Amino acid sequence: MENKDFYAGLKAGLSIAIGYFPVALTFGLLAKTAGLSIIEATAMSMFVYAGASQYIALSLIAASVHPLLIVTNTFIVNIRHFLMTASLSEKMVPEKRWVKAVYSFGITDETFSVLATSKKEKITTAYAFGVALIAYGSWVIFTTVGHIIGANLPLFLQAAMSIALYAMFVGLLVPSMKGNRKVVMLAGLAATIQSFFYFTGLLSTGWAILVSTLVASIAIEMVYVNHEKRTKSTYVREEGV
Amino acid sequence: MGAIYWWMLLGMALATYIPRMIPLTFLEGKELPPIVSGVLRNIPYAVLGALIFPAILFVQEGNLVFGIIGMVVAFLIAFLGGSVMSVVLGTIGVLAIYSLFT
Repeated sequence: MENKDFYAGLKAGLSIAIGYFPVALTFGLLAKTAGLSIIEATAMSMFVYAGASQYIALSLIAASVHPLLIVTNTFIVNIRHFLMTASLSEKMVPEKRWVKAVYSFGITDETFSVLATSKKEKITTAYAFGVALIAYGSWVIFTTVGHIIGANLPLFLQAAMSIALYAMFVGLLVPSMKGNRKVVMLAGLAATIQSFFYFTGLLSTGWAILVSTLVASIAIEMVYVNHEKRTKSTYVREEGV
Repeated sequence: MGAIYWWMLLGMALATYIPRMIPLTFLEGKELPPIVSGVLRNIPYAVLGALIFPAILFVQEGNLVFGIIGMVVAFLIAFLGGSVMSVVLGTIGVLAIYSLFT
C-alpha cells in the first residue's frame, strides 16, 4: 500500500519534473554566467529549492547587493507558502511531526498544486514523498546539467518548454473547473486581481500572488456562506434556534 | 565567492523552509473554525488562477502570440479531458512547431 502510493506520487510528479527541466537548466546556465561555481549553483538548488527566489538571487548577486537583503527578499517572495501549506494541512493524513517537517521541504507552487488538486480525499505521506522526490530530483540534477551544458538545447525547444509549468497548472485546474461554479469563480477572481497587480506594478509578484489568493478565497467563501444561510434560514427557524 | 556565499545560502534556505514547514507541521489536529477551513479549501484553485494568469501570456518576452497560443492549446487539451501530462507535452509540441516556423 505504502509502495503503491509512493509510485503513484512519482507518476503524478512526473509532469512537474518535465516542467522543471528547462527552468533548472536555464538557472544552471545563468548561475554560471553570474560567476557561481558548479558546486555553488547546485548547492543553491539543493538547499534553497525555490525557483523565483533563486533567479532573483542571481541578479542581486550580479548587482553586488548585500547578502542580508538577498535573504530578506527570499523570505518575502516565499511568504505565500504559509498560505499554501496551511491549506494543504487540511488534506494530509496525520503523521509524526518530524516526517511532516521533512516532506514540507518539498512543497513548492507546483508540488502544492498537484497535491491540493488531487482527487483523493486524503493524501498519504508516501504519495507526498513520491511527488516531492521526483520534482526535487529534476530541479537539482538539471541545475547541474545546465551549469555544464547550458545553452546547448536547441532554441526553439527552449522556447517551447518555457510553457511547461503553466500548461501543467492549466491541466490541474481545468478538470476541477468543470461543473464547479465555485472553482471557476475562485480562479477567475484571483486571476483578475493578479492581473490588476501585474499591470499596475503595485505589488511585487510574491506579494501579489499572496494577496490575490487570499482576497479571492475569502470573498468567494463569504458569497457562498451567505448564500447557504439564506437558503437554510427557514429550516433553522423551524428548529427554534 | 567565499564563506559569505554559504551564509547567504543558509539564510535563503531557512527563509524558504520556514514558511513551508510551520503550517504543515503545527496545524495538524487543530480544530479550525469552519469559515477558516472553508477559505483554506478555496486556496488551491485561487492560487492556480493567480499563478496562470496573466503570467502565461508573457512566457516569451515580447511575443504575446506565443503566450496566447500556449494558453489556448493548454486549455483546449485540458477541457477535452487530456491528462496533465498530455496537456504539458501537447502544448510544448504545438509551441515547438510554432517556434520552428517563425
